[in-house]
Amino acid sequence: MFTILENQMLVPNLHMLKVEAPDVARAAQPGQFAIFRPEEDGERIPLTIADWDIQEGSITVVYLNVGRSTARLASLNKGAELPTVVGPLGNPMEIDHFGTVLCVGGCYGIASIYPIARALKQAGNSVISVIEGRSSFLLYWQEKLKTVSDRIITMTRDGTQGKKGHIGSLPEIVRTIPMRVDRIILNGCNYMMMRGAQETLPLQIKTIVSLNTLMIDGTGMCGVCRVTVDSETRFACVDGPHFDGHKVNWVEVTQRRKAYLQEEIQPLRSTRPQ
Amino acid sequence: MENTGRKTLDLSRRPMPKQPAEVRVHNFAEVALGYTPELAMEEAVRCIQCKRPGCVDKCPVEINIPEFIKAIAEGDFQRGVQVLKSKNSLPSVCGRVCPQEEQCEGGCALLKKAGQIAIGRLERFLGDWEATQSERMMPEIAPSTGKRVAVVGGGPAGLTVAGDLVKQGHEVTIFEALHKIGGVLVYGIPEFRLPKNIVNREVEYLQNLGVKMVTDYVVGKTRTVDSFLEEYDAVFVGTGAGLPWFSEMPGNNLNGVYSANEYLTRFNLMKGYRFPLVPTPVKDHIRVAVIGGGNVAMDCARTALRMGAEVYIVYRRSREEMPARLEELENAEEEGVHFSYLTLPTRCIGDEYGWVKALECIRMELGEPDASGRRSPIPIQGSEFILPFDAVIHAIGNSPNPLIPQTTAGLEIGKRGNIVADPGTGKTSKERVWAGGDVVTGAATVILAMGAGRKAARSIHEYLMNPCEW
Ligand SMILES: Cc1cc2nc3c(=O)[nH]c(=O)nc-3n(C[C@H](O)[C@H](O)[C@H](O)COP(=O)(O)OP(=O)(O)OC[C@H]3O[C@@H](n4cnc5c(N)ncnc54)[C@H](O)[C@@H]3O)c2cc1C
Ligand SMILES: Cc1cc2nc3c(=O)[nH]c(=O)nc-3n(C[C@H](O)[C@H](O)[C@H](O)COP(=O)(O)OP(=O)(O)OC[C@H]3O[C@@H](n4cnc5c(N)ncnc54)[C@H](O)[C@@H]3O)c2cc1C
Ligand code: SF4
Ligand code: SF4
Ligand code: FES
Repeated sequence: MFTILENQMLVPNLHMLKVEAPDVARAAQPGQFAIFRPEEDGERIPLTIADWDIQEGSITVVYLNVGRSTARLASLNKGAELPTVVGPLGNPMEIDHFGTVLCVGGCYGIASIYPIARALKQAGNSVISVIEGRSSFLLYWQEKLKTVSDRIITMTRDGTQGKKGHIGSLPEIVRTIPMRVDRIILNGCNYMMMRGAQETLPLQIKTIVSLNTLMIDGTGMCGVCRVTVDSETRFACVDGPHFDGHKVNWVEVTQRRKAYLQEEIQPLRSTRPQ
Repeated sequence: MENTGRKTLDLSRRPMPKQPAEVRVHNFAEVALGYTPELAMEEAVRCIQCKRPGCVDKCPVEINIPEFIKAIAEGDFQRGVQVLKSKNSLPSVCGRVCPQEEQCEGGCALLKKAGQIAIGRLERFLGDWEATQSERMMPEIAPSTGKRVAVVGGGPAGLTVAGDLVKQGHEVTIFEALHKIGGVLVYGIPEFRLPKNIVNREVEYLQNLGVKMVTDYVVGKTRTVDSFLEEYDAVFVGTGAGLPWFSEMPGNNLNGVYSANEYLTRFNLMKGYRFPLVPTPVKDHIRVAVIGGGNVAMDCARTALRMGAEVYIVYRRSREEMPARLEELENAEEEGVHFSYLTLPTRCIGDEYGWVKALECIRMELGEPDASGRRSPIPIQGSEFILPFDAVIHAIGNSPNPLIPQTTAGLEIGKRGNIVADPGTGKTSKERVWAGGDVVTGAATVILAMGAGRKAARSIHEYLMNPCEW
């Protein structure tokens, strides 16, 4: 059992959860995820490890309340126990001295780029964090990101903070940066990462995405997380979740992510208390 | 309950009481109901107590079969349990899942005469009988040796190692990646063939003996084997063969195409047959194709059938070559699974939304026997045809997961990704690391995994008590 140390809403619908998982904290690296099971007989859901504290023995995730299992997570209070927190899973993000790196986060990706930016900065890169949202009230962790970035660019669709724009405006942002951008890292929903990767293809900047696939075990056992990258089938949980965004078959990723849409909505419609 | 002479006259093999096919296809409860004490004794008296029993030779763990059967015939079930347990710690499991026709029962002297003795069913009977007794026999536990052993993987191999070593006074901890202990017994083999309470019962028993169990722990990720070696005196790796294969053909990543592991895990480990009461979703499919001909294929087919689908097993050879246990093949036939023999799938065809809608296949004919001794199938040119399906399940095999090999320095790995270990002792190329079960042999059987576990436990014990050169 894994005890919840903190669970609170950061901005509408986005929650931050800190849970005691000392062994996961000790091994965690930027870009890895953990699988959570919010209740006995519950579903196993992957969430990116957004921060960890070895001393305290805790890991932190930020999650969007979208369906049954994340809603269940959101309903739990400090002190409650989770039956499963297993990780760290997946490969860490490749960290090296690349030069100038753009870390672009939207939605829960604002949190998940934080440890990546931190590690890139430590590796001597010039890190520019770009965070985007529909409106200013959906942005969070800006202070935290500032501590690990050389510069922060914010972008909102309604223009209430920073640049007015969306992920499609990525090329404009790149143009405003005086140095050559050597690498772009995109974290957020699949649509955001797909759109972003499409925009950076003509710019010929290597773009890494962290795919959001269905998962069960997260260890390479079930194969539900299959994706096609560079015409080859890969398992996102063990071969990824980070891939070259220009080589991902996005149509397939999008279709496979929707496989259980109907079934996922069914329990939400029910009036039976869950 | 003593044996009445009247019953010895009828020498035929006692049939297993089962749920009728038309009833069981609508539920997930166990199909075979088990012998009553009377039936078990009637079956047991048929055994002619061979002086040189062929059955024992063909049991991978050499259970003293005539002896436990004699005990049943005499109504001394307690003694029967003792005989069994000295060689096999999971009789309720093996009695249900061993391929008896190839093993013990295949060596029975009565095979061609009155019908082989139902050794598996009798074994199951004793295992289940013991569970109904209020006092379960607790073995003696040797005084603590102060030695610590880490067991990686909670499948039959790991459970056997843990049980054997804890009895010898070692401190044993199992580390399991999933949230439940049991390996394939809990995530793969369905409830209707192996009820999960039987596995749970055995797991609890080991806990009572003092085995510590840590679930949700992926060795190679949460911690490495190398770091275990700093804290433990020995490490046993029994991580199974859990990496699913997909037959190479276009369309495998369409929605509705599954690995057997995914399909079975959704239903068994995640209890998807109760969806939407449990959160892990499963689909209501209409026509399901299962590719393969082993136990795994039968389990997928019969699960899909219970979910209301029309099910076809697509197998490239003929019925004779099917590797599945005969009993399960017969159960599947009785329940109404369709079989498309000598059929090789070549392509999954999708609709405009990315869902599978059909399977293209080609007819096969059997040629000369291949290396495995089975006649190899050859495609008949121009015989392609298309069958409509809304789900396709690949049940063509699994290989060992590369996670531990990739993260453990100095571990010799074989061609098929298996860990190389000495068949007699389970010793690997790395000092103080043993391995056994499917991770060494590739996908095999429960009893072989347990046998490997037993041998490794013996070697570990010897080494711990008397450390010698590796
Ligand atoms: C490696 C990895 C890392 C991830 N990291 C994070 C993370 O850090 N934070 C995070 O929030 N998520 C993350 N995800 C995604 C997260 O796992 C899913 O959001 C989660 O599994 C959803 O579970 P659920 O039961 O709450 O939703 P489900 O019920 O499973 O919902 C499934 C999908 O259906 C859609 N859906 C659900 N209900 C409705 C509805 N009423 N109408 C329309 N569509 C609906 C949702 O968009 C969702 O995508 C990650 C995924 C992966 C693979
Ligand atoms: C659907 C199906 C039906 C079958 N039917 C039969 C049958 O009827 N009769 C029969 O004899 N055999 C059958 N088998 C085969 C049999 O189940 C296996 O041979 C046997 O379970 C192997 O035991 P094992 O202990 O080696 O591995 P497994 O049972 O595979 O257990 C390995 C365990 O290790 C865990 N693990 C893996 N990697 C890690 C890691 N890195 N860290 C921690 N834990 C890890 C896994 O989660 C798993 O729990 C069947 C197999 C399947 C899949
Ligand atoms: S363990 Fe398996 S092979 Fe051996 S006697 Fe029992 S059922 Fe037969
Ligand atoms: S071979 Fe058959 S008849 Fe002979 S001892 Fe074994 S089970 Fe009994
Ligand atoms: S989640 Fe099961 S293989 Fe990736």
